[in-house]
Amino acid sequence: MDLDIAIQLMGSSLRLATPLLLACLAGLFSERAGIFDIGLEGKMLAAAFTAGAFAAVSGSAWIGLLAGIAASMVLALLHGLASITLKGNQLISGVAINFLASGLTALIGQNWFHQGGQTPQLSGSGRFLGVQWPLTETIGQIPVIGPVYQNLISGHNILVYLALLTVPATWWVLFRTRFGLRLRAVGENPGAVDTAGVSVVRQRYAAVLICGLLCGVAGAYLSTGMSAGFVREMTAGKGFIALAALIFAKWRPWPALWACLLFGFLEAVGIRYQGISIGSLQVPVQFMQALPYILTVVILAGFGGKAIPPRAGGRPYVKER
Amino acid sequence: MSSQLPRWVDLGLIPVINLVLAFLVAGLVVVFIGEDPIQAVRILISGSLGSSYGIGFTLYYATTFVFTGLSVAIAFHAGLFNIGGEGQAALGGIGATLVCLAFNWPHWLIALPFAILGACLFGGAWAFIPGYLQAKRGSHVVITTIMFNFIGSALVVYLLVNVLKVPGSMAPETRNFAEGTFLPFVHEMLAVVGITVSKTPMNFASILALAAAFLTWMLIWRTRLGYEMRAFGFSEPAAVYGGIDPVRITIIAMLLSGAMAGMMALNVVMGFQHRLVLDYVGGAGFVGIAVSLMGRSHPVGVLLASVLFGILYQGGAELAFEMPNISREMIVVIQALVILFTGALENLVRAPMARLFARRRVEAA
Repeated sequence: MDLDIAIQLMGSSLRLATPLLLACLAGLFSERAGIFDIGLEGKMLAAAFTAGAFAAVSGSAWIGLLAGIAASMVLALLHGLASITLKGNQLISGVAINFLASGLTALIGQNWFHQGGQTPQLSGSGRFLGVQWPLTETIGQIPVIGPVYQNLISGHNILVYLALLTVPATWWVLFRTRFGLRLRAVGENPGAVDTAGVSVVRQRYAAVLICGLLCGVAGAYLSTGMSAGFVREMTAGKGFIALAALIFAKWRPWPALWACLLFGFLEAVGIRYQGISIGSLQVPVQFMQALPYILTVVILAGFGGKAIPPRAGGRPYVKER
Repeated sequence: MSSQLPRWVDLGLIPVINLVLAFLVAGLVVVFIGEDPIQAVRILISGSLGSSYGIGFTLYYATTFVFTGLSVAIAFHAGLFNIGGEGQAALGGIGATLVCLAFNWPHWLIALPFAILGACLFGGAWAFIPGYLQAKRGSHVVITTIMFNFIGSALVVYLLVNVLKVPGSMAPETRNFAEGTFLPFVHEMLAVVGITVSKTPMNFASILALAAAFLTWMLIWRTRLGYEMRAFGFSEPAAVYGGIDPVRITIIAMLLSGAMAGMMALNVVMGFQHRLVLDYVGGAGFVGIAVSLMGRSHPVGVLLASVLFGILYQGGAELAFEMPNISREMIVVIQALVILFTGALENLVRAPMARLFARRRVEAA
């Protein structure tokens, strides 16, 4: 495999990993605070649609991004209401949110734009386009480093870099701030946090809203960055791959980056090569598509290090009376 | 919690209020879209129940949902949330199809027991692995069943495209089954006794669905295994203390749940399509979640909820035709709202009710 193909493949992996990474870190905030979230998919889908629609109407990708974040955060609030305030089943709430997003985006999309549920094609400022880094032409002349700089490091849209920066930011917030300590604590032992006089409810809502924010960026990236507009069901299971990556990374930010890059790479290879042969064995493309899920099941089954979720995860906190 | 409430409130009033709330919100969505919700309901009802044609389709859809709804309900009783009905039903389709294609079956009555076996075996196997992994390795069944939906979908696509497809054909579907496997349609069965109704896909599997509901009721409330499942679902430590093997119960509950999801293949594949097409499940596995939640995991509730969703599916098709602004996805929205109000937001109604009845009891005393 020559260098050009390798760079293309890695660049494509990075772009495909971006929405996974944002959604994965979104889930990380929520689940670390003890709120399971299988509604990442739905929040991303709602954000992708709203971002695509508002970017098309306003002609600004930034307005699209804000609208997408808002839509995702509304669903996050709904999840918070169900699982924090009303102490309902977090898994069922997640399932409901996924269907709600799936139905509403198609219904409203068709009703609004009459294009079979799609939003109008975006162009120019309606999209997040690639950012050229300084001196690409000059440095691009250098062998090996040049093409890497020109085609792998430079040239992605701003949300890709934002997603990458979110990794250290998440790490810093969770492990180096008081807010992060409390957030992790409500996910492990909410009773202790409550005893210390910190509101479990407020802390969990904060986590759920951050989750909504990041899912919103992930969704907006899909419709205004990676593609030029929203297509029905465009998340296509990415929210669940992000969830898989979260478990794969055992709820930690840096491993989440590697897991998402790995899953992004698998997708990139699957798109580029329709079926790969290893020796005489033909690996079907469907196997490549299923691989992230298979790997997650293997990890979940405890082969290759045990994945232990936050201890208070999935359970509503009930104050003692 | 529920012990504070009278039975009629717990099983009757609260589900009805939840349902009313879900449909009120759905009505608001219709208003938002700029259509008349009353008119929409009228079209929905007349399209699904206004003719023998509509009723046949409604009950055909309902039959499918009975199987997937019972699947979720069985697992619920053991405290397990099986989101994998979609994948289990897809695999059950493969099982039933392999049986139907294996021989030139002379009569459907001979083929049926083997097809049931095939559907149950494959559907059950697809639930067995997540069940086993939860019981033995502690991996959460919700996450593994989600993953198995995707793995199952990829597997079925592979099998249909590479193995089961008719050679030379482009369509990812199997060849037609031999006529000896066709389950009789209800309009054919009624014609024998001299009743003429419109031709619809409703078939013998509807009777199987009723039998399945009855057997599920027997299992859950009239057998030792069912008692163990309920005890385990109610309190795992107490059940284990009582001598119930958690591994055994988890695995059996998931096996039965997966087998039930697989059974929907009899209705759709063996009863109507007579060949396996790509994505024949089409979301019915997920509808099962809403059906089970709405039916409070009781077979009678599941039957009623299934008919309601059958009405939504059939009436929704008519609605999309009559009011182009309301596309078929409206059904998905209603499904989401039902899951939301009867499942996730249950305490929205339950908590005030509990307070209300607690106060009444104090006053009465």
